[in-house]
Amino acid sequence: MYKLLLCWRYLRTRYIALASIISVTLGVATMIVVNSVMEGFTHEMQDRIHGILSDVVFESHSLEGFHDPDAHMQRIREVAGEYIAGMTPTVVVPAMLAFQVQGQWMTRQISFIGVDEKTHSQVSDFSHFLQHPQNRQQLSFLLREGGYDTIDHQAGPEAKPRDRMEWAGWGYRRAHAEHQKQIERRAAADREEIERRRAELARAEQAERGETGDEQTPEAVAENKRPFNRFPAAEVEQGSTFDPAVEQSTGIVLGIALGSYRYRDGSDRFYVLPGDDVKITVPTAGSPPKAASETFTVVDFYESKMNEYDSNFVFVPMEKLQQMRGMIDPQTGIGNVTSIQIKLHNDADGKIVRDKLQAAFAPEMYGIQTWRDKQGPLLAAVQMETAILNLLLFMIIAVAGFGILAIFYMIVVEKTRDIGILKSLGAPSRGIMGIFLTYGLSLGIVGSGAGMIIGLLFVANINTIADGLAMVTGHEVFDPSIYYFQKIPTIVVPLTVAWIVAGAMMIAVVASILPARRAARLHPVEALRYE
Amino acid sequence: MNDIRILKVAEATVSSDHSRPHLAILPPSASDVATNQQLSATALHKSYHKGNVEIPVLRGVDLSVEQGEFLSIMGQSGSGKSTLLHLLGTLDAPDSGEVCFDGRRIDNLPVHQRDLLRNQSFGMIFQFYHLLPELSALENVLAPLLISHGVWSYFRERKQLTERARHLLDMVGLSHRLKHKPRELSGGEMQRTAIARALMAEPVVLLADEPTGNLDGGTGEEILRILRTLNDRQNLTIVMVTHDRAIAAQADRTVRLAQGQVEVVM
Repeated sequence: MYKLLLCWRYLRTRYIALASIISVTLGVATMIVVNSVMEGFTHEMQDRIHGILSDVVFESHSLEGFHDPDAHMQRIREVAGEYIAGMTPTVVVPAMLAFQVQGQWMTRQISFIGVDEKTHSQVSDFSHFLQHPQNRQQLSFLLREGGYDTIDHQAGPEAKPRDRMEWAGWGYRRAHAEHQKQIERRAAADREEIERRRAELARAEQAERGETGDEQTPEAVAENKRPFNRFPAAEVEQGSTFDPAVEQSTGIVLGIALGSYRYRDGSDRFYVLPGDDVKITVPTAGSPPKAASETFTVVDFYESKMNEYDSNFVFVPMEKLQQMRGMIDPQTGIGNVTSIQIKLHNDADGKIVRDKLQAAFAPEMYGIQTWRDKQGPLLAAVQMETAILNLLLFMIIAVAGFGILAIFYMIVVEKTRDIGILKSLGAPSRGIMGIFLTYGLSLGIVGSGAGMIIGLLFVANINTIADGLAMVTGHEVFDPSIYYFQKIPTIVVPLTVAWIVAGAMMIAVVASILPARRAARLHPVEALRYE
Repeated sequence: MNDIRILKVAEATVSSDHSRPHLAILPPSASDVATNQQLSATALHKSYHKGNVEIPVLRGVDLSVEQGEFLSIMGQSGSGKSTLLHLLGTLDAPDSGEVCFDGRRIDNLPVHQRDLLRNQSFGMIFQFYHLLPELSALENVLAPLLISHGVWSYFRERKQLTERARHLLDMVGLSHRLKHKPRELSGGEMQRTAIARALMAEPVVLLADEPTGNLDGGTGEEILRILRTLNDRQNLTIVMVTHDRAIAAQADRTVRLAQGQVEVVM
């Protein structure tokens, strides 16, 4: 009983000891914050990655892909049919995207993904990431009249409005085509005028010299004087069947970061809109691959909020891509695909399916991965980061442990006489040791308890704090243009918190063992004499 | 057998107050007093080491204290009287010789049994009072029982125990100082609190190390009067160490310690 009483009194009278555990408090608070943010970040990222990737991806190692996807899907169903909820074939190739911004051609490197528009939404959250409400219901590669989201439907009320998206659609395309025509008409008129003047000039010159019947016709002279005559001006498709005001090229869905720039405050500037035409160049199948270019019309944006994907993915109808790359067998009319996306039932374990499929298909031909495997390096990096941070922070708490040790030694020295008194009253050595161990434990409880409260409060208000910090320092703590999150995601895992708190308490107890042993070993007579 | 009995006593003190069995087999009767040897020392040797130099303090001390006796040990500073008291109270172990209590050798008992003896059978008071500064007067008096009681048994009997501590403080005239911390008490008050604490576990022997050494004459007298009363009324065996002849004279018997030996018995 005296242990508890004395502990309580020491706790309330020795503030220096409380000072020694402030570092424990801070360490615990920081660990809780870091773990919560990391957990939130990982969770958010996994969620998104999983939304983008299907559960299991079955892919060919070669760019040519494999033949007859239906047969492959049949075989996959035979091997692991009980786990599978849906499958869709896709063709994925690296490609070049080019579009015109204010008269300049911009090029981007992309992953060009041919999807089966009917089944692709079944295997991932693909449709959820689109910007037109009807496309989210059922994707169509035909341009909509209008009605694209002006408010990010995934972000909630804090998102900055995207006013430009109001224009997007057929209306924009018609206006753009009209504008383009006007420019062309004006250019054509200018050209005619120049030709006319040049011809006049040539005639005047000829009249001056009085030369006639020369071997050079006036037309040829004019032709020779044109500086770029060897590169004739691009033919204007007059009278051709394609009219951009009423027709579209094959539709594509563009990753949103390819067609827009995000400012630091979270607002977007679009330089491509649904309705614009872009050029895409893909390598053809076969060896060596040749470049095949075609014009496509952007019909929607894809926004997964993972910058890596949003700035890389472009989706196109699969048949179009197969045809463009020459992947369709002319005899059978069946196209090659490069991968099959597999969606599993909710409770199925992706690893089991992967292992079964790996056993059934030749590994030198096919790569079979779960979505976790595919994002393994990224997730592993985050995990590694968390582990190292935890290690470092725990070191901080351990360092705090040495502080506790030193201060406990001091307290034991200060309390030498009291220890002698207790011994003279018959307190056993173990009891004396118990006092200081209990003291250490209670300091640990106080320190880590305070740390837990501070940490949890911090996590609960982390976005307010980040905003406040940004205001004070004038430096964005959390840059939404990098993370695509409007807010810092956090998840508090009770078990982690419990571990951190228990660890900190243990360190406090361990640090008090040595001083407690010293106290227990004091000789009562010498302790009583101690001045 | 004795060990078991001590342990039983320890259990008994938890639940009983006045009727508990003493470590002594029987409560002393008046006729026994003169012959009942309660605490004795035989050929005690003890020396201290200061660096490599060995300083002998006790060189063969023989002493016996009888039940209900008030014995004072006199001697110059450094004559070893405090050391002798510590040896009698098992706070220290002799280099050679024996300390017996109730006919049992106690200087070589296992540590936990000696702790138990100090907690239950010996009460000690010191020149510098040695109260615990964090505890109030009442809690200081309760300290020996706080040590012997676990949390649950303490809370079960808190009322009785506190009542007894109050009673003891009342007896030494401190009923108005229960909640005061030692630093708020005067020297005499602190020493009286220390006496109440020494009596709390109902000891058989009270060992007093210069109890008046730090007090002025009047206050010292007061303390001595309390000790005298305890000896008279409750037949408590008291061994008191002092260097003051006048104070020593208050005891039933006085021994003088010089050159590490009992020199004169007065």
